Amino acid sequence: MKIAVLVKQVPGPESALPINDHGTWVDEESVTFVMNPPDNFALEEALLIKEGKGDGEVVVVSMGPDRVQKVIREGLAKGADRGIHIEEVGPIEKDPLHIAKRFTAVLKDENFDLVLTGLQSDDTGMGQTGVLIGEMLGISTATLAVETDIKDGHIRLKRELESGWFQWVEFPLPASISIQSGLNTPRYPSLKGIMGAKKKEIKTVSCTELDISSNCQSVDKVFVPQTSKHSEVIDGEVDAAVERIVEILKSEIKVI
Amino acid sequence: MDVLVILEESQGSLHRLSREAIAGAQKLGSSVAALAIGENADTLASELSSYDLEEVFTAKHELLSSYSADGYFETVIQLIRAESPALVVAGHTYQTRDFMPRVSAKLDIPFIPDIVSLSDEGFVKQVLNAKLNASLSSASDQIILSFQSAAFNDEEIRGGSCSARAFDVELDSSQVRSVSEEPFQEATGDVDLESAEVLVSVGRGIEKEENVPIAFELAKAIGAEVCASRPVVDSGWIDSFRQVGSSGHNVAPKLYFSLGVSGAIQHVVGMKGSKNILAINKDADAPIFELADYAVVGNVLEIIPKLIEALNNK
Repeated sequence: MKIAVLVKQVPGPESALPINDHGTWVDEESVTFVMNPPDNFALEEALLIKEGKGDGEVVVVSMGPDRVQKVIREGLAKGADRGIHIEEVGPIEKDPLHIAKRFTAVLKDENFDLVLTGLQSDDTGMGQTGVLIGEMLGISTATLAVETDIKDGHIRLKRELESGWFQWVEFPLPASISIQSGLNTPRYPSLKGIMGAKKKEIKTVSCTELDISSNCQSVDKVFVPQTSKHSEVIDGEVDAAVERIVEILKSEIKVI
Repeated sequence: MDVLVILEESQGSLHRLSREAIAGAQKLGSSVAALAIGENADTLASELSSYDLEEVFTAKHELLSSYSADGYFETVIQLIRAESPALVVAGHTYQTRDFMPRVSAKLDIPFIPDIVSLSDEGFVKQVLNAKLNASLSSASDQIILSFQSAAFNDEEIRGGSCSARAFDVELDSSQVRSVSEEPFQEATGDVDLESAEVLVSVGRGIEKEENVPIAFELAKAIGAEVCASRPVVDSGWIDSFRQVGSSGHNVAPKLYFSLGVSGAIQHVVGMKGSKNILAINKDADAPIFELADYAVVGNVLEIIPKLIEALNNK
């Protein structure tokens, strides 16, 4: 079982997010980066599948500037076998079709049985890269897996639907699957893992080696959301707040 | 046709986000058509008969009797190839996210997802966990769009007429690789959040499981049902059938009373249609306050017991 896990490095949940001078994205110099939290669940699932089978290979693949080697190392420290870094120079690509074509060019000769991704990235949140790559590789695709069960050449997985519904689907491998967050408990790297990771291979592929043309979309500018709603702020003493809430429930919304 | 709306079924009828997508499509183009897929396609088409649409295509096939990414993807690309719409739009649902990127990859058409509004510059989407908005655009001749819940109001759909036309999709079993079992619910607990008039919602600000009963006491005092955000459900403090948000229920009560809910985007998409929102959170910068009609900045654990007391003394 040969598994690729696609991980992205994104601004952390606590990071400052100052907008850059051109207003086109955040100023990366001021950002604290982490492994995209949903990808952490995909990585854990890959490691669990490999451990369950007792053999196989988990390859962490990430695209971005030099800084993304940190999340690849993190994956290696947790138990992945090797890494591939698709190296970008200049602003990071945000167009999903471009991104997927670059990954596909790197993945296609590796013949992975499974390609796992998180359900979406916490930065652009396009939520489509894994499925795009699956189609480009001509393999099965599925999203929002909450349980996986690998059989002989097949995968059976439980998908999350909306409003508390689920569904089991089964299809042949190879497949590209996006993993719903929360289905497992991602491990922390051990000290031994961290030491061992230093000896593991990270292959670097330059984006400029991948000749790609595509229709695309662009993120033209970012801005702080303007609230359209006029809210009444109640921030005084507890007793005064309680009194006001009772009045609202009774006289304004009229639910009691 | 300029705009093609891909419809989705929810429990035998048209998904609310499909109606909102029609409202959005009518704003984007003068000539709008729709596609209904599956054995209930005729029922969905009949729900559109009083809307101002050019026509609704119905695609039925034995391989489309239940949803599969393979089957839906094939059907949609065949219609796009036949009709060449400039825009293909849909609600930003789990199902759209499951098959629409395949359409994008196969036809090399950019898919701009999860749009919350339109602006002069382009399509507005939330980024970086909804802390910032971004304006996106594409110069491509054809674009696929999906709209977040409540991006458009289905009450603004332009009325008129619309006739149905069968679309003959060509499918063979080799194209549908997956076998889908019947959808199921884990547990329903006999709670109907979608039709509750008042909801008390529990977020991480409740701090620990031992504090959860105060939410139920408050709910009892104001005749509400209790719901929760994902972190609270994942911690096992409240049953999953009470979850509101992108992976739970989509609700629009008369009053949404939230206790320590921060307002992460995944939660907000499931409740932003609420008529009134009263939020209590000790963090004055909590994103939930951007939506709230009443923003109570304070500690839930101090306010709620006193509120219950005040309500019970009336």
